[in-house]
Amino acid sequence: MNSINEGRVKELEQRAASLRRHVIKMIFAAGSGHPGGSLSAADIMTALFFEVMDHSPERKDSQDRDHFILSKGHAAPIYYAALAESGYFPVEELVTLRKLHSRLQGHPSRAKTPGVEMSTGSLGQGLSVANGLALALRLQKLDRKVYCLCGDGEMAEGQIWEAAMFASHNHLDNVIAIVDRNGLQIDGRTEDVMALEPLADKWKAFGWNVLFMDGNDMWQVLETLNDARQHKGDPTVIVAKTVKGKGVSFMENNVGFHGKSPNQKEYEQAMRELGGSA
Amino acid sequence: MESQRKNYGKALVELGKRRKDIVVLDADLSGSTRTVEFKTAYPERFFNCGIAEQNMMGTAAGLAVGGMTVFASTFAVFATGRAYDQVRQSIAYPDLNVKIVASHAGITVGGDGASHQTMEDIALMNAIPNMTVIVPADGPETYRAVLALADHHGPAYVRMGRSDVPIITSNEDEFKIGKASILRDGNDVALVGVGQMVAPCLLAADALKAKGINARVINLSTIKPLDVGTLEKAARDCGCVVTAEEHNIVSGVGTLVAAALAERCPTPMERVAMQDVFGQSGESDELMREYGLSEKEVIAAAIKVTERKK
Repeated sequence: MNSINEGRVKELEQRAASLRRHVIKMIFAAGSGHPGGSLSAADIMTALFFEVMDHSPERKDSQDRDHFILSKGHAAPIYYAALAESGYFPVEELVTLRKLHSRLQGHPSRAKTPGVEMSTGSLGQGLSVANGLALALRLQKLDRKVYCLCGDGEMAEGQIWEAAMFASHNHLDNVIAIVDRNGLQIDGRTEDVMALEPLADKWKAFGWNVLFMDGNDMWQVLETLNDARQHKGDPTVIVAKTVKGKGVSFMENNVGFHGKSPNQKEYEQAMRELGGSA
Repeated sequence: MESQRKNYGKALVELGKRRKDIVVLDADLSGSTRTVEFKTAYPERFFNCGIAEQNMMGTAAGLAVGGMTVFASTFAVFATGRAYDQVRQSIAYPDLNVKIVASHAGITVGGDGASHQTMEDIALMNAIPNMTVIVPADGPETYRAVLALADHHGPAYVRMGRSDVPIITSNEDEFKIGKASILRDGNDVALVGVGQMVAPCLLAADALKAKGINARVINLSTIKPLDVGTLEKAARDCGCVVTAEEHNIVSGVGTLVAAALAERCPTPMERVAMQDVFGQSGESDELMREYGLSEKEVIAAAIKVTERKK
């Protein structure tokens, strides 16, 4: 990662806006999908794919690079947008999301999409995979990181906590989990559906190094990810406070846009707000 | 008599010696599944996941993403039931190189009772695309199957029992994934045995011979991909077929054989299997008799089906 300066942060913010526009365009073209959790994670994904992670399409079959697992698989649109703009497949292909014979499935598929390392979609499974991958890197003596983006709703899955135990037991300090704490899930606020707080205390109790950030503030995201990379001895989790639907006024904090496509009028407004044209 | 598990442990140690990419996981049952043999030989490549089978399957998947060839073991009921979704989503769908080798399958678990006696594991694993399903008949075949799987890319399920079983194959025999073996030739009835039911099929063949019925005994050790060629030939040559499995009759191997034959050469069939009931505690051999899984039922089925073809 380069040293952080205002110019670079600005560039990355513009990149994040571009990824958000892709998300809206893809979901609108598909007529279905999950905009809310893609938009909340857009800044984190931008920081990872365009600054923090050492990766490239040419080295996708090599283990000697940083790795990424999207545990919250329904945020596939933002993942595909990041992969396409990183050169893993053509940007023009993004609008084939969810279409018959497309390489871009509704949820990520390792077998279909270049750059996708793991199939996800059934929640709570990504962190276990990140742990296994981190063990494989350690066995091969590769000093590389595995980033795992989790949703906050999926913290209710028991397997997350099995994985949390496993990572600290094995001192997997090459695992960096990020919880996209947007506070909403399909049926409403996380605290109403299944209370997660005190979430940080839970992770601490499981032996993790816990960091916090505003997941929609590029500067903070870059700094916190950098801090996470330095930590030795235990796995790190970053609780990232985010806004679901971030960047599109009528989607922000609106649980209705967890898994719904915008209509024509909404699509045009969303694109305008994100600095693009419909 | 010899356990399949012991041979699994031996095969893992051999693989660990040959290849650096072999990693083994267990969920607090390493002494029972015999992965402990690998743990002792290669502790740096063994990981105990604790009593957390779902996480074990996900971790296995991640190791495979990282280039490892992974063997993950626990009791069959937990490997296929408790962690079904992880096996489906994280191992089979991405087509990863994870071999789930489960022990204590079927009713022969014995005293632990029905909670631990899975009779639906073959059905569950067989229904998942990309999955190879293997049920070795004895110790030596278990050894050879595990070695063969290490060289085979993709997800696989191997079913082993708890108890000692008679040795009926030899380490000199070739093990080919997807190929059934004919243990005895005959043209009056085909006895298709699976796993621990192969030995009773051989005993049944002896008894049938005394009655003037020459039985062909087939060890159907690969359930998926099914060796349709060997089954079809047996059906054509013998004109009737008996399947025998320590598994539920619903969606069991008998169902698969029946479906394959119905499409190619409809043949009178009888199926020896668990009759869609849960088991109970008891000694292995008592339970096999109690639930109709001995050579006695195979003989009766063979006589019945031979009469049906007339």
